[in-house]
Amino acid sequence: MEDMKEVIRQYVINEYVEDDSEIQNDTPLISGGIVDSFSMVSLKRFLENKYHISIPDEKATPEAFDTVDKIVDLIQEYIKG
Amino acid sequence: MSNIGSYEERIRDFSWSISEKELGYNPGGIINIGWLCSDRICELGKAQKTGLIWENASGVVKKFTYNDIRLASNTIGQFLRDLGIKPEDRICLFMDKIPELYLGFLGILKIGAIAQPLFSAFGDESLFIRLENAWTRAIITQKKHLPKIRKILDKMPFLEFIIIVDQDPLKPLQSREIAFDLKNIPKVEVFEICPTRAESPSVLHYTSGTTGQPKGVKHVHYSIISQYLTSKWVLDLQDDDIYWCTADPGWVTGTSYGIIGAFSNGVTQCVLDAGFSAESWYRFIEKYRITMWYSAPTAIRSLMKAGDEIINKFDLSSLRHLASVGEPLNPEAVIWSEKVFGKPFLDTYWQTETGSIMISNYPGMKIKPGSMGKPFPGITATVVSPDTYESFDVPGKIGLIALKPGWPSMMRMYWNNEETYKNKFRNGWYLPGDRSSIDTDGYFWFVGRDDDVINTGGHLVSPFEVESALLEHPAVAESAVVSKPDFVNMEVVKAFVSLKPGYQPSKELDLEIMNFVRKKLSPLAMPQEIEFMDSLPKTRSGKIMRRILHAREWGEEVGDTSTLEDDDK
Repeated sequence: MEDMKEVIRQYVINEYVEDDSEIQNDTPLISGGIVDSFSMVSLKRFLENKYHISIPDEKATPEAFDTVDKIVDLIQEYIKG
Repeated sequence: MSNIGSYEERIRDFSWSISEKELGYNPGGIINIGWLCSDRICELGKAQKTGLIWENASGVVKKFTYNDIRLASNTIGQFLRDLGIKPEDRICLFMDKIPELYLGFLGILKIGAIAQPLFSAFGDESLFIRLENAWTRAIITQKKHLPKIRKILDKMPFLEFIIIVDQDPLKPLQSREIAFDLKNIPKVEVFEICPTRAESPSVLHYTSGTTGQPKGVKHVHYSIISQYLTSKWVLDLQDDDIYWCTADPGWVTGTSYGIIGAFSNGVTQCVLDAGFSAESWYRFIEKYRITMWYSAPTAIRSLMKAGDEIINKFDLSSLRHLASVGEPLNPEAVIWSEKVFGKPFLDTYWQTETGSIMISNYPGMKIKPGSMGKPFPGITATVVSPDTYESFDVPGKIGLIALKPGWPSMMRMYWNNEETYKNKFRNGWYLPGDRSSIDTDGYFWFVGRDDDVINTGGHLVSPFEVESALLEHPAVAESAVVSKPDFVNMEVVKAFVSLKPGYQPSKELDLEIMNFVRKKLSPLAMPQEIEFMDSLPKTRSGKIMRRILHAREWGEEVGDTSTLEDDDK
C-alpha cells in the first residue's frame, strides 16, 4: 500500500506540479487546485494503466481523487473487486 | 425590487447615457477603468467598505477595502511606470486567482497600459504564441509558473521584465526577473492616473478560432459603460450584495464581471482560489453569505452530479440571485437549481469579442428553461440566413446569431489580424459564430457553433491548435480533432491519430500523447479520448475531413462523401 502511495505521489509531482511544492499523501489535489478537472482524466488513465483496473466515470469524482490517500482507497476497491 | 425593473420599459427608454451618467463620464472626456473601479468608489464614501475577500485552498483569507484596492493598484501602477512601462505597452498577467491579479489588472489600466490576462494553466507553447503575438513587454507572475516562462524566454527578446509577486528572497533571480512584494513596498497614496479616453485600449484577451493562431481581442476603456450596466441590470448587483463570480480572470468573464463589473458597482466580491469540489463551493457560499452567484453550466452540472444530499449540510439561504455563462444552460440545470436553491440560474449569452452580456434572462422576467433569453436593452440582435445574411422573420427558424455593432464593449480589433476581424462582419451585422432560433415571444434558443471550435466547459478550444500540437509528438503522423458530447463539459476534445511507422497504439502511448498536449497547450486542450486509426478520412486532394469524424461522434448524418478518398469510403 505504501509503495502504491509513493508511486502515485511521485506521478502527481512529476506530471502536475510546476514548482517545488511538496505533496503529501493527504495534500488536497483537486480542491487544492493542483490537478484540475480536465487533467483528472489523465490521472485516471494512468491509474487504470498502472494497476490494470477500470474505474467507472461515476466513481472518478473530484472528491474520490482529492488526495493520494483517497485515490489509493478507490484503487483498492477495484483491485479487490 | 430588481435594478432593471421592467424589461419592456428599459428597452423603450434605453440609452447608454444612463450608464455614462451613473459613472460620471462626459463624452469626449477622460475615462479610466482602473480609476472608476477604485478611486471613484472611495470618493462615493465607500473607502472602508470591503471590496475583495480572497480565500485559498489552505483556508488563508485576505480582505481588501476599496481604499486598499485603490492604494494597491496605485502602487503596482507606480512600480510599472518606474520600470519604464508606457501607455499601450502590453503587460501580461499570468497568475492564479491571487489578489495581485485583481489589483495588478487595475494598476495596469491606471497607467494606460494594456492588460493581457492569460489562464495560468496554459502550457509553454500556448503562452509563447500569445506573448509573441502581442509583443508583450512585461509579465507579472508567480514563482510556480516561472519554469514555463524560462523555457521559452530565449525566443522572446521583446519580453523585458518578468515580475514575480512571491519570490523567495533566498533564491536567485535569473535574467530579466524582478521581485515585487506588494506587502512590503510603501503604498502610493497620490498617483497620477493616465488620462485615457473612450477609445484608449484597455484589455487584450485571447480566444481561439477554427483555423490559425489564437486571436487577441482588443477592448477599450469605454467598455466599462456596458460592463457596469449589465452587471447592475442582469447580475442585479446591489449595494449590500456579497458577490461571487467563479470565473478565472484569464478569461473574459473573470475580467468583465469578476473585476470591472463588480468593482465599478462597488460591491463586496469574494474569490475562491482553489480547485472545484461541491463541498468546498457550498462551504464558501455559507461562510461568506454569498447573495449573488455568477457561475458556469459546467460547474452547475458538476454540482448536480455531486447530488442533492450534500446541499442539506449547508445553509445556502443567503443566495438571492443566480446567473450562468459560458455555454448554453440546459433546462434540467435550470429546473434543478429552482428545486435545490429555490431560484433558477439565469442564462446569459455573450463572448470574448462582445465584452459584455448580449442576450440574457433578467430578474423578474418569465424564464423559459433552456432559452438564452432576450437582447440586453441597447443591443439589436437577430438571426440571419447563413447565405444572404438577411434577418429571418420566421419564428423557430435556425440561423446565425447577428448583432448590430456599436455597443460600448464591442471589440475594436483582433491584434495584428485585420482580415479575420473584417470577416466577422456581414451585411452590417457582427456574427459571433453561433446558431440559434427566436420563438414567437422573442426568446433566443441556442443551437450550436457555426464552426469547428470546441466549447469545453465554457472555454473555446481550437481544433487546429490541438492538431498542430499533436503533430509535434514524435509518434504522430496525422491528427484530426473534434468535439464529442459530455454531460458535465457539454463538449470535450477528442483526437483521431494515425501513427508513424515503427509506432504501435498502446495505452501507454495514449497517455503519453494526452500529457504531451496538456503540458504544451493546456488541460482544456488535452484530448480526453484518443482514437488510433490506420489513416484519417481525407478528400482526394489530401485534406483531412474533420466533418466526418465530428458527425460520427455526435451520431449525425455524415452527409456528402463524394470527395472522400476511395479507400476511406
